[in-house]
Amino acid sequence: MSAFKSLSEAVIKGDAKAAVAETQSAIDSASNVQSILDEGLIAAMDEVGDRFSKGQIFVPQMLRSAKTMQECLKLLKPMLQEGNVTTKGKVLIGTVKGDLHDIGKNLVAMMIEGAGFTITDLGVDVPPEKFAQKVQEIEPDIVAMSALLSTTMTAMPLTIEALEQAGVRDKVKIMIGGAPVTAEYARKINADSYASDAGSAVSKAKELLGID
Amino acid sequence: MIIVGEKINTSRKRIEQAVREKDAAFIIKAAQEQANAGAHYIDVNAGTFAEQETEYLCWLVETIQGELDLPLSLDSPDPQALSAAIKLHKGVPMINSISLEPDRLQPLLPVVTSQPCHVIALCMAETSMPTTIEERVAVGSKLIGTLTDQGIPMENIYVDPLVQPVSVDTNMGIATLGAIHRIMNDFPGVNTICGLSNISFGLPERHLINRHFLALGIDHGLSAAILDPTDKQLMATLLTTEMLLGRDEYCENFIDAYQEGRIAG
Repeated sequence: MSAFKSLSEAVIKGDAKAAVAETQSAIDSASNVQSILDEGLIAAMDEVGDRFSKGQIFVPQMLRSAKTMQECLKLLKPMLQEGNVTTKGKVLIGTVKGDLHDIGKNLVAMMIEGAGFTITDLGVDVPPEKFAQKVQEIEPDIVAMSALLSTTMTAMPLTIEALEQAGVRDKVKIMIGGAPVTAEYARKINADSYASDAGSAVSKAKELLGID
Repeated sequence: MIIVGEKINTSRKRIEQAVREKDAAFIIKAAQEQANAGAHYIDVNAGTFAEQETEYLCWLVETIQGELDLPLSLDSPDPQALSAAIKLHKGVPMINSISLEPDRLQPLLPVVTSQPCHVIALCMAETSMPTTIEERVAVGSKLIGTLTDQGIPMENIYVDPLVQPVSVDTNMGIATLGAIHRIMNDFPGVNTICGLSNISFGLPERHLINRHFLALGIDHGLSAAILDPTDKQLMATLLTTEMLLGRDEYCENFIDAYQEGRIAG
């Protein structure tokens, strides 16, 4: 983190102007793009997620940092596409069938992306078959499902069933979350993990894939 | 101001335990305390029980109304649970809630017209959640039109403009407040209602934010609220705001609450 300390600090603070300038100067001084991403941006977002999970910072601050990172990524993207940039893993995310709530799901997607995963967001009201079809198509490492209602969280086991029927259940890890969802429920429906907030979703995702 | 007491919700651990153990005394006490504190309706929600929700919701209705003469707010997104609970309810219940979501609207219309009831109309559209004032008003208008077409009087409709967190988008407070104002203006006789806690998601000092949001809501025309009436600071905000807006003749409600120890600064 030391080489990109001021970049990381700007991202943690959510100071987009300073962070973009730091990113540009890192590029100009011919720093390795992967290092700028890993040691500057992702390391900063790890810290943001950690502080959020501990209750030291709050949602608007987390959002601000994530937006700052996105601004920096715009500068890095053209170079990222040329080189071989590694991803921590592929995550497929969506709010389950019958449920239109997207705020929690969006926060989780944003933080997981900020942590260096590649995210595919299916949006809200996603039927089990659509999850299954997309898993077959993009072969993600993790499927993350959100539900905010006691009546819609029952679509989670149905989605797992659809993955089983498609023969892809064992090829992915399943993570679930949302207000009525609990760790106990995750065990009950044979999901692999439960995350209580956007910060812990990142650490749970890493845990599932044996990262760190 | 119509107050719906929110405490009997199985997402609260202590309530969940009481309902699971069918601890009638505990539930009756929780209902009585809220009524004493000023609740006009007692909300009952057994949503965490998923498959057994209907059974527990019905148990709550029979248990509370077996002891207390109070109308309840039957709280579930599940038409089946609501349809079973409304049949057991004595007097005129509040139905919490109906929305434009297809799985909810069509199955619930026969339920809310089966007997006299008050209906909370949640501003959820068919396929998305509204974000702006205009989108909220559009969904609210459509719901009001649908319910009045079914013969439900305007006075029995409570539009919930959908409260979303200000932490995620700082326009969310004004989006809800503006919608309350517009709906109350455009549909004379209708009520507006909301819960308070969504506004403060993702922020510290949530009680403080909730209280101020309630005051602003009342100023914008909010005529009912789902809240914890045993929270003396929250009730102080409610009664003080109403008094300052000229809705408490001789400041009677405020003084009564003070003398009975129901409010605190």
